[in-house]
Amino acid sequence: MTPAAAPSNDRVLILGIGNLLWADEGFGVRCIETLGARHAFDDRVRLLDGGTQGIYLVNQLEGVGHLIIFDAIDYGLPPGTLKVVRDGDVPRFLGAKKMSLHQVGFQDVLAMADLLGALPPRLLLIGVQPERLEDYGGSLSPAVKAMIEPALLEALSYLAAQGIQPIAVGAEPPFDSAHPHPALALTAYEHGRPSPTIAWRHGDARVLAMIPAGCQSPGAR
Amino acid sequence: MTVTTPNGFTLDNSGKRVVVDPVTRIEGHLRVEVNLDENNVIRNAVSTGTMWRGLEVILRGRDPRDAWAFTERICGVCTGTHALTSVRAVEDALGIDIPENANSIRNLMQLTLQAHDHLVHFYHLHALDWVDVVSALKADPKATSELAQSISPWPLSSPGYFRDIKARLTRFVESGQLGPFMNGYWGSPAYKLPPEANLMAVAHYLEALDFQKEIVKIHTVYGGKNPHPNWLVGGMPCTINVHDTGAVGAINMERLNLVSSIIDQTIAFIDQVYLPDLKAIASFYKDWTYGGGLSSQSVLSYGDIPEHANDDSDANLLLPRGAIINGDLNTIHPVDVRDPEQIQEFVDHSWFRYADESKGLHPWDGVTEPNFVLGPNAKGSKTYIEAIDENAKYSWIKAPRWRGHAMEVGPLARWVIGYAQGRPEFKEPVDKLLTDLGLPLTALFSTLGRTAARGLEASWAAHQMRHFQDKLVANIKAGDTATANTRKWEPRTWPRRARGVGTTEAPRGALGHWVSIERGKIDNYQAVVPTTWNGSPRDPQGNIGAYEAALLNTPLAKAEEPLEILRTLHSFDPCLACSTHVISPDGSPLTEIRVR
Repeated sequence: MTPAAAPSNDRVLILGIGNLLWADEGFGVRCIETLGARHAFDDRVRLLDGGTQGIYLVNQLEGVGHLIIFDAIDYGLPPGTLKVVRDGDVPRFLGAKKMSLHQVGFQDVLAMADLLGALPPRLLLIGVQPERLEDYGGSLSPAVKAMIEPALLEALSYLAAQGIQPIAVGAEPPFDSAHPHPALALTAYEHGRPSPTIAWRHGDARVLAMIPAGCQSPGAR
Repeated sequence: MTVTTPNGFTLDNSGKRVVVDPVTRIEGHLRVEVNLDENNVIRNAVSTGTMWRGLEVILRGRDPRDAWAFTERICGVCTGTHALTSVRAVEDALGIDIPENANSIRNLMQLTLQAHDHLVHFYHLHALDWVDVVSALKADPKATSELAQSISPWPLSSPGYFRDIKARLTRFVESGQLGPFMNGYWGSPAYKLPPEANLMAVAHYLEALDFQKEIVKIHTVYGGKNPHPNWLVGGMPCTINVHDTGAVGAINMERLNLVSSIIDQTIAFIDQVYLPDLKAIASFYKDWTYGGGLSSQSVLSYGDIPEHANDDSDANLLLPRGAIINGDLNTIHPVDVRDPEQIQEFVDHSWFRYADESKGLHPWDGVTEPNFVLGPNAKGSKTYIEAIDENAKYSWIKAPRWRGHAMEVGPLARWVIGYAQGRPEFKEPVDKLLTDLGLPLTALFSTLGRTAARGLEASWAAHQMRHFQDKLVANIKAGDTATANTRKWEPRTWPRRARGVGTTEAPRGALGHWVSIERGKIDNYQAVVPTTWNGSPRDPQGNIGAYEAALLNTPLAKAEEPLEILRTLHSFDPCLACSTHVISPDGSPLTEIRVR
């Protein structure tokens, strides 16, 4: 068994959440993928591709002092807008309002962590306004992809304020859990996509219509 | 209007319509509409899957050896079971055998998922349908302690322990941030537990939340990482070296001992907490006998957990394979997932298009062409449906049928088949539970029976984990450390065309992936998931699906608080392949319930 983690305040979990099969929904995971391919950190910092794991992510929050989350969030802002929310605002932001389809959503993960006494004391939510979701099997839209770098800068500057500097890495990425399987890595994923003539790409207009205005999804307006 | 379906259910859609959309505490997106009679009894039920998804959309043209990694991403819960089904389908197509150790490790991965998923489902997705969290605040900790100690030797049971839990819960409720408890119908007359049983269950909700973290560490050991463990066509991607002492890389004795210790804890938790809780809760709901639906007449299981590698015979599968139809428990029909006459998917009530919609298609010939149209009697618009027209197309779920029969799949289906076969490992625990509760066998065919079968299966799975762990260690100690067969890894060794099928029994039921491979790439990929069976809409003959059948004839205590609908739907552990989860700070309330 691993020894019980002391509640140390300088341990950081950098978490990307979302489904990389649904276009801009993959933003959080792609941020982690990019960060992990580029930087290593000392053992205070852990990177995690959380996918759409919901309740299972409660397990990852134990003993974490700082939780940094990358995600696609509908703020009703222009597509590609980056918005950063901190600490007490994060659960309220995630919890008070609709999280459309993932019923055991991340606000529940935080609430369950709270019930267990494992809610990280410091929270940083780095969200981007998605442009396109109605594109099953698709990749990030250009506007959202362009926000990966600014999002990473937000995270790095937060880490710097905690006295944590990244270490550049070579060809061998150090963070196993940071990386989707190579077949799902951004470039392979985009290149291997079947053409629209053999594989229908669109979602359910009715469900997508439940996503309020501000999130541009073709056909849903 | 009243109609009787070929599978024997009477439907009457004349009463007031209640819409629940979306159904909460499930994975994915499900809508249910029911008609109530003047006594608030459900007389018609319509289940609509509102998410569109198609694996072929992302997989055609890709490398079949990578398919598992994509299928692992379609859902937030049963990641590993899709991956396992995928590698089995590709191995079947290409004629690849796997080493015995890989079979044991895959079984350990799958059984770990069963135990974990059932535990989390019971406490975190389903218990709140039976347990009133707010009532727990009125409990006497000393009486709670006496209750807990009367049903189990589990050590966390002192009055002080329950006093602490009550204080934590009180603080949480008073903070106003109810989180996971936000959407409950607290205080509903449909809740029957005394405050002490509610407090005990809440305590175990928290313990289970804490404990489930241990179980999934097994996925990290054998899958390399979690979430999203690694799989491999031809075996498992882990190397075994018992002489290795390092923490990184190979599976050594230290890692095997860690797994062994987690298995012991899992058995203890399930047998000393989960099962006693299940029995205690059920004892207060013995007269709530609703929700049986198809379970007493048509159930299906593909079977799973092969004792030995590369043997697909019925006798080699520890979870039974077979079909029961027309309520004849004396006849277990053999199931062949390759036979085009057995499994067929129909779409005349689904938002897809076939050339001839009076006929079904076997998954190898499957077509996924969307056709989103509403029937003439639907109310509202395509983007805001007020009421669905179930006589036309009404769901994104296809209607799979086994020899034309709508089937229930899942733990209850597996246990009914195992029971009907007279296998003692299924029959004895069922008989004991029923005897202890003073209930007849017919009580098994109900919402609570489904929930009970899941609990019994969690215990069964935990004990099977011990079996396969011991088998793996013995095989390693005898000198066999092989985990992968790479002889046919290279596409040049493959036939030009091949097709295969992989099946598993996922926690929530029969799962199959059918793959066609051409010139080394995926040509077609179709998945029929458990929720396709259970959440199925009507078919051309008018047979209703398992959710629909299970909801019928259930009385609601209050039409505007459809707790009983959630109870029965949750008992299936629905999983509608979650796809997108964008967070909106400006959204509408989570669930809309409309009564008209």
